This record gives sequence, C-alpha cells and structure tokens, in this order.
Amino acid sequence: MKPAAFTYHRAYDVNDTIAQLAELGQDAKILAGGQSLVAMMNFRLARPSALVDITRIAGLDYLERDAQGLRVGALTRHRTVETAKIDGFGVLSKAARWIGHYPIRCRGTFGGSIAHGDSTAEWCVLAVLLEARIVLQGPRGRREVPATEFFQGFFMTAAQPDEMIVEVRFPKPAPHAALTEYSQRQGDFAIVAASARLDLTEDEVLTSRVVLGGVGQQPVVVDADLAGQPANEETWRAAGEVAAAQVDPPSDGHGSSAYRKKLTAALVARALAEAAA
Amino acid sequence: MKDIHLIALTVNGTEHEIVVESRRTLADVLRHDLGYTGTHVGCEHGICGACTVLLDGQPVRACLIFGVQADGCEVRTVEGLADGDELSDLQKAFSRCHGLQCGFCTPGFLMLAEAYLSEQDGVPDESEVREVMAANLCRCTGYQGIVDAVRQVAEERAG
Repeated sequence: MKPAAFTYHRAYDVNDTIAQLAELGQDAKILAGGQSLVAMMNFRLARPSALVDITRIAGLDYLERDAQGLRVGALTRHRTVETAKIDGFGVLSKAARWIGHYPIRCRGTFGGSIAHGDSTAEWCVLAVLLEARIVLQGPRGRREVPATEFFQGFFMTAAQPDEMIVEVRFPKPAPHAALTEYSQRQGDFAIVAASARLDLTEDEVLTSRVVLGGVGQQPVVVDADLAGQPANEETWRAAGEVAAAQVDPPSDGHGSSAYRKKLTAALVARALAEAAA
Repeated sequence: MKDIHLIALTVNGTEHEIVVESRRTLADVLRHDLGYTGTHVGCEHGICGACTVLLDGQPVRACLIFGVQADGCEVRTVEGLADGDELSDLQKAFSRCHGLQCGFCTPGFLMLAEAYLSEQDGVPDESEVREVMAANLCRCTGYQGIVDAVRQVAEERAG
C-alpha cells in the first residue's frame, strides 16, 4: 500500500513539462490531481519511474466561454466546473456531482480525467457526447484530436507518452443534454453511465446523440437517430431498448452483462428525459 | 539511491522544514516525520477518507498526495481544530450528537465537515449534508449522529 520509488520533478510551464518528459523517457508520467494515478501507485498497479508534477503551472485552470463554445483548461478542478455557471453547458456542472466525492472533486482535474481515459468517467463520456476536441502539446508542437478518436481502448488514449493535454474544447453549447449513471454506493465508479444530447422543438426531436460509459472499453456512441420523433416518454423508452440491444457489456463483480444491458435501457431513457426537460 | 527533497510546509500554523523521499505520502509525512498522528490512515487508496486534511483550505485525501507536493503549502489537521483544551464547535457537536464511537474515522470526518462548513452561507439541507459526508466511511455510528452534528454546527454558525 505504499508506492514504489520514483523520482519527482516539478514543472512550471507547459514547455518545461514537455522538455522534462522527453528527458525522463517513456516510463515517466504526468502528475496532475493524482486522484486516480496515486491510488494506482499505492496499489503498485502503476510504477512510473518518474513523475512530472504539473499542478503548479499557472494559467491552465480556466473555463472560457466564447462564441464557438467552451474551452476548459487541463488543470481545472472538477469542483470548479461543479460550482460554475456556464451558459449552455449546465450539463457539465450537473454531471460533475457524479464524480467521486467532494474532496476528490476539489483535487482531481479535468485534463487528468481525460488522460486517464476510464470508460466510465463522466468527462470522457461527455467529451464524446459533445464532440469535444482534446488539445495536446508535445515536442512536435500542438495538435487537436477529436474525443471520438481520442479514447482508443481500455485506459488507452491517443496521447503519446511525451505529450500533455493542455485544453479540452467543446465546440457548441448543449442546452438540452444530461448524464446519469448508476453505482451501488454514491461516489463509486458507474456500473453504467448514459448521456444524451438533443435539439428539439416543443414536441419533436430535431437531432439526438446518445453516448454510454461502462459498457465497453471506451465510451460507446449509440446508433439511434430520433429525428422527427415525438419528444415524449415513449420515444425515450424505445431509444433505451435500442441502445441496450446494441451493446455487449462485460460481466464482472459489479454486475453481469445482462444486468448492464437492463441498466443501459433504463438509464438512456432517463438521460433523454432529463435532456429534454 | 533515494530521491529526496527538502520541503517547507506549515501545519496548523507551525512552520516545518523537512527532508522527504518523493514516494512518501502526505499522510505519512504528517504522522511519521512530523508527529501529527491525529491524521489516521485507513485504506491508503482514497476510499475511506480517514486521512482527510485541508491543503491550502481544500479538503484532500492525504494518502493521494505526496508530501513533496505540499512544499510551500498550509496544511490543517485535526490537531488544529481545538483551542488548547477547548474543543471547537464542530468537535463538541460530534460529542453531543454521538457522532463517534471508536473514533478512528473521526479526524477525517471532522476535517471533511470543517471544509464543507467553511463554504456554506446558510444551512444546507439534510440530503446535501448526507451526500457530502458520504465521502468518508464510518463503521460504527450509522452516520446519523455525524449528519446531525454537521447540521447543528451549520445552524449555529448561520446564527
């Protein structure tokens, strides 16, 4: 329950981080909030040879709403998102309450969660739902990767070992969006998480998008177009059944595959209803 | 060779300069290097909350932060709550409401509640208090006494 030895390095800006990562080699890892990484190190599931602590980099903790959408600095704490009032992105503040517990949210960072790439993580699911772009900086410069391509498998992302996430960009507001999930205890990892985004008139769906967490190795986009359908409970329930039929979730100690499918149906319907409300 | 660092931190207003190995958690630095054994260590992976302290005013799991990261920071532990022999309002409320039995989890709960209460303007409703206090584990009390204590202090502080 004590971490293996590593060397500790502190970075004061992004370029400094990139330079240190290059020097320390592939076994070095970035330390942000550490709410997943340090727990894994205590279990010795992770044994990085070196940590580059980026928590003292100034100016990477921001929520900037502009004409296009929202830019979230990598070091923005979950708690900052939870307590912010962001026009058109209320879904982020509401969803933040599902992340761990209050002290975890005070310490954990937005970029850190995206980098960790847990398929049940609220920010990973919402990044895919809202078609966010992940901004990475490395020795070859800056690049942007769509969230839909960023999460590549079980805790696998498109970020290279010498790159750092600096920002997450949400391209357009999502006034009708919601995330909901189920876990056995409050604050636990979701067994299944469901998120939905809608554009609608008073009684009809114009566009829809549904993304799930906990049913695959990365967030899963459901193939269901609700355009033209009435915006009512029946539509949401039917969409839940469609989503459940599309997934082949894993079985583990938290629930069987069949149980996860039933959760998927219920949670998708709930997320759509919340999004439409 | 050990990776060691000279750090300076303030704990409950007292300044300390110590040499720590990078892999030493803040919980172990507080307990073993500085003697603040009021901070308890339960699970060591961020689940139980027994090691909760305030780092620059924010509640954190001291097992999920390395001591070296607290360099230049202010830490508040359970030893910082009472004024000499005079318990704080929160400590008194825990006692009055039977918010503790064996006491192992109590320092973590007190620091969690202290952080939460310091953010409040008014009196939070019971469901919110329950949600916040769910961050930590207690195996004796059933939580009701803890929730009552936190709500009483919120009411007292709101006047």
